[in-house]
Amino acid sequence: MSADLAVPEPLIRASGVDLRLGRTQILSHVDMTVGRGEIVTLVGPNGAGKSCLVRIILGLLAPSAGEVWRQPGLRVGYLPQHLSIDPVLPITVRRLLALAGPGAAGKIQAVLTEVGADTLAGRAVQDLSGGEFQRVMLARALLRDPDLLVLDEPLRGIDLGGQLALYDLIGRLRRDRGIGVLMVSHDLHIVMAATDRVVCLNHHVCCSGAPEAVSRSPEYAALFGDAAARQLAVYAHRHDHSHDLHGHVIEHAHTTEERP
Amino acid sequence: MIEDFLVRALVAGVGVAAVAAPLGCFVVWRRMAYFGATLAHSALLGVALGLVLGFDAMLGVAVSSVAVTLIVVAFQRQVLIGGDTLLGILAHSGLAFGLVALSFLRGVRVDLMAYLFGDVLAVTATEIAWIYGGGVLVLATLAIIWRPLLALTIHEELARAEGVPALRVQIAFMLTLAVAVAIAMKVVGVLLIISLLIIPAAAVRGLSRTPEQMAVLAAAAGALSVVGGLLASLRWDTPSGPSIVVAATVVFALGLAAGTLRRTAQS
Repeated sequence: MSADLAVPEPLIRASGVDLRLGRTQILSHVDMTVGRGEIVTLVGPNGAGKSCLVRIILGLLAPSAGEVWRQPGLRVGYLPQHLSIDPVLPITVRRLLALAGPGAAGKIQAVLTEVGADTLAGRAVQDLSGGEFQRVMLARALLRDPDLLVLDEPLRGIDLGGQLALYDLIGRLRRDRGIGVLMVSHDLHIVMAATDRVVCLNHHVCCSGAPEAVSRSPEYAALFGDAAARQLAVYAHRHDHSHDLHGHVIEHAHTTEERP
Repeated sequence: MIEDFLVRALVAGVGVAAVAAPLGCFVVWRRMAYFGATLAHSALLGVALGLVLGFDAMLGVAVSSVAVTLIVVAFQRQVLIGGDTLLGILAHSGLAFGLVALSFLRGVRVDLMAYLFGDVLAVTATEIAWIYGGGVLVLATLAIIWRPLLALTIHEELARAEGVPALRVQIAFMLTLAVAVAIAMKVVGVLLIISLLIIPAAAVRGLSRTPEQMAVLAAAAGALSVVGGLLASLRWDTPSGPSIVVAATVVFALGLAAGTLRRTAQS
């Protein structure tokens, strides 16, 4: 696909990753890199192996073949999919953030302000709305001073206005802190408009490159349909001009769970 | 004038409650009540083991609890037998093996009721030393693993991605629980141990805003249950172990009511 002119300093690199669970081939020969200051989005249909690839990159799952290289000393901030905290455990936002790591306690208020959640410190975590909770967990990831942020479906359950705001926030964090961001999504639209590089995964890497190039590629159209590809262009345009889409709720069409 | 045996019972009981309650918070948070119950039931096998081999029952229980813990950890790698099924098998086979083994001990007078339901009024100074020694060990271990264990409890995958050694911390916690079961047996007996772990913790959930607050309040609720239960047992001549559990249940109801009142007042 399109050649990147300036190649950023690589933070992680997966090469030739295969994953077989039982008799199912989940991933075959996946290559992928995330560099410093780069937002890479992994898109693909449900069950395409996106979350498995992320878990392999994080070292939570061992690949059947291939390898993952991490920059020595790499600090990773992670926002898992389906994140919730069981209400049987009492915990306030402040206490949750203090647990992020050594030295976190002194930086809590500053980081909460950075993610636009400065009023939440004293609240019980279980009383937060979905968007507030995502911001708090993002603050928690930032308290670890990460080189790489890994966000698995960060927009799930957040209304469209909240999604756009979260996207702006992630873009700003990349700019201000120079961190690499790896994001997973099955929502194509806004995601791709705010990303540097898209990797389209359906058990193998179908196509990858700049969002505009990917959205025009025949592999992408085959995977998501021509309508989706056209819609993408519309959304990319709209995102450039309008940030006041409050009140809309994104309905997730799927009901099936992805593989853990 | 307070009798010596009552002082010893109070010292032993409050010590056990103060150790069991913070540990019980993790049992409640991690939804491991059934694992605790399994340790407790299979403890009778440990009692029998101790009597047969001629060492202290408390040590026997520690051995059986550690064995159960290791079996549970080993079985986590397979998927054909569910975790709850395995715990059910271990709990009741442990109890049954223990009862059968005890029946072979002819000539030895075994006060089965004391092991099943506790006999804290007969606690000796040596046993108190064991309880406090074990208790210090348990609380020290819990203090060391507190942060990583809490991180794992909040979100296991997140904690693992951030480098928490999940298996080691979990095994340390389960072994700590095994020691706690061993020292709690004398006070409430194997069948009621789990109540000292989970009832005080559950009682103060509604009154707590942070994990640490809940652990401290739970220890206080546990100590209150022991004191109340023992005094009631003396006053009405009821069995001490069950009286402590009844008192704990009253504390739970009061804690629940206080928590609900507080939330209503705030909203």
